[in-house]
Amino acid sequence: MTEKNAVIKVHDLVVGFGDVTVLDHLDLDVRDAEILGVVGASGAGKSVLLRTIIGLLPRRHGTIEVLGVDLAKATEAERRALERRWGILFQQGALFSSLTVKQNVQFPMRENLEISQRLMDEMALAKLEMVGLTPQDGEKFPSELSGGMTKRVALARALALDPEILFLDEPTSGLDPISAGDFDELIRTLQQTLEITVFMVTHDLESLYNACDRIAVLADGKVVAEGPITAMLESEHPWVKTYFQGKRGGMLAERQMST
Amino acid sequence: MGEALLTHKLVGERLELAAGGSWTASHAGELEALVDRVTGEAPKAKDVSIDMAGVHEFDTFGAWLLERLTRQWTASGKEAVVVGLPEHDRGLLKEMNGVNREPPPKPQLGNPVVSFLASVGRAGADFGHNLVVFSEMLGSVGMALARVIVRPREYRLTSTVHQFDRVAWQAVPIILLITFLIGAIISQQGIFHFRKFGAELYSVDLVGILVLREIGVLIVAIMVAGRSGSSYTAELGAMKMREEIDALRTMGFDPIEVLILPRILVLVIALPVLTFLGSMSALYGGGLVAWLYGGISPDIYISRLTEAISLTHFKVGMIKAPFMGLVIGIVACAEGLRVKGSAESLGIQTTNSVVESIFLVIVLDGLFAIFFASIGM
Repeated sequence: MTEKNAVIKVHDLVVGFGDVTVLDHLDLDVRDAEILGVVGASGAGKSVLLRTIIGLLPRRHGTIEVLGVDLAKATEAERRALERRWGILFQQGALFSSLTVKQNVQFPMRENLEISQRLMDEMALAKLEMVGLTPQDGEKFPSELSGGMTKRVALARALALDPEILFLDEPTSGLDPISAGDFDELIRTLQQTLEITVFMVTHDLESLYNACDRIAVLADGKVVAEGPITAMLESEHPWVKTYFQGKRGGMLAERQMST
Repeated sequence: MGEALLTHKLVGERLELAAGGSWTASHAGELEALVDRVTGEAPKAKDVSIDMAGVHEFDTFGAWLLERLTRQWTASGKEAVVVGLPEHDRGLLKEMNGVNREPPPKPQLGNPVVSFLASVGRAGADFGHNLVVFSEMLGSVGMALARVIVRPREYRLTSTVHQFDRVAWQAVPIILLITFLIGAIISQQGIFHFRKFGAELYSVDLVGILVLREIGVLIVAIMVAGRSGSSYTAELGAMKMREEIDALRTMGFDPIEVLILPRILVLVIALPVLTFLGSMSALYGGGLVAWLYGGISPDIYISRLTEAISLTHFKVGMIKAPFMGLVIGIVACAEGLRVKGSAESLGIQTTNSVVESIFLVIVLDGLFAIFFASIGM
């Protein structure tokens, strides 16, 4: 199932804590310039998978290849170079609370690029405008932001270095349905203009319908179903069936079919 | 990168630019310098055309610099044409076309003299404000205590025992060690200097009176302020940041009664206990040094000690201890509740808590000294 143009290749991955095995011989490919949505029950290991791919959690077995670099064999310098090529949106935003919004967005630029303060200011404001914020918001501190704004700033910071891969950990959780819809659209637009690959962990059915090209379902530590939304609706796996054809999923499916 | 990012050629009154290579974040520094240089050529030419066909990598940094270049030309009334940009990169340039249209908000820079005076004034006002906050905390703790005395069943005994374990019991080893060393040092210095006029024995008076009246309680209070006061502030501050205190309040609990009263009462009880243990340890350390360094045998040390000190000296130290515990607790809890959203403010309040409580402990010690002197203790 390895594909030629996959930017993330996860093969035979095992991750566990103590006696618990969370991911059990998992295989997953993320193709170039697609939005992949990863779903699964709470505790199925979605966030664990994401955190393992970006190297925050150790793995017991298996290989992970991101943009052609094998994480296990990469040297320190290769890893650092790779980390510049991806951006991560954490679930709670993880903004630096002692820096202003603008400084938060500039932080990766300041550390990694040798550019003038003027260009950095212009780029930070450009990124903020791209995610739908105003220059005035740039002077605020993270504690003064609403939930939706925090997510937008975190997205702007993730995009600061024009990454090739964007990891999103539940980007729409904690947002009202309208903001969540806007956010999905924003991710879709940005992905199309910037041509990036998006790896999105989510619970939000709407996001899966509106934003994702492909969906991977995690259950029992493995990917039990993979494919576009139509494939999900045809899947026979009990959890997938309940999720996509249950009360909430079913309504969306009907709406999708009728349009 | 052998490829030139941007080359320019003047053809008549038309400046022809040819772009190439990677117009991306990693080349943004070089690119910016080139773009600025080309803008400097503006007076020589009437219009400009930019050929982007040679560019094989293009991101928002490149797009913005291209936009900045054309924007600067059109601003000076000249024409700028971009040609040869691949179809899929046009969206990015269009996106950039919309941004940074309104000037960024200007940071407010005041007169340095005025801002200096303002900061002095603010510091003074803060000091006054601190006193108000501390009295307010003292008042609400008093109220909570009164409520608990009326309805003793509502007092949080488990929390008190847990805090006592942390603040008093776990502090015993370090307090014993530090006061032991302090006692030993005072004794050594006393013997060393008194020996010059043959009065080594008076070093025992020195150790006894100093330790029981002042040093014992002060060292313990400073240790507790650094050890437990800071942890109270950090704990309450983190709870404030995570809205735990608001949650308590909405469930109908008074945070003062649930969180703060047990903590402060524990300090009020723990400080006399620790002071007693600390003073004994200091006297022991002093005795050991007197024996090993000064040749004063333990028997003589003890008999000299019973002559030199009286119960009054002991009482002076012990009376001060609970008040110092109260001051440390009030300052630590008040500062903890003043933490705002950021990690930085947690750090600032914790520092303030330790500095202010040590300062107030020493001021209080001075006031007690005046008080005891005037009543002849």
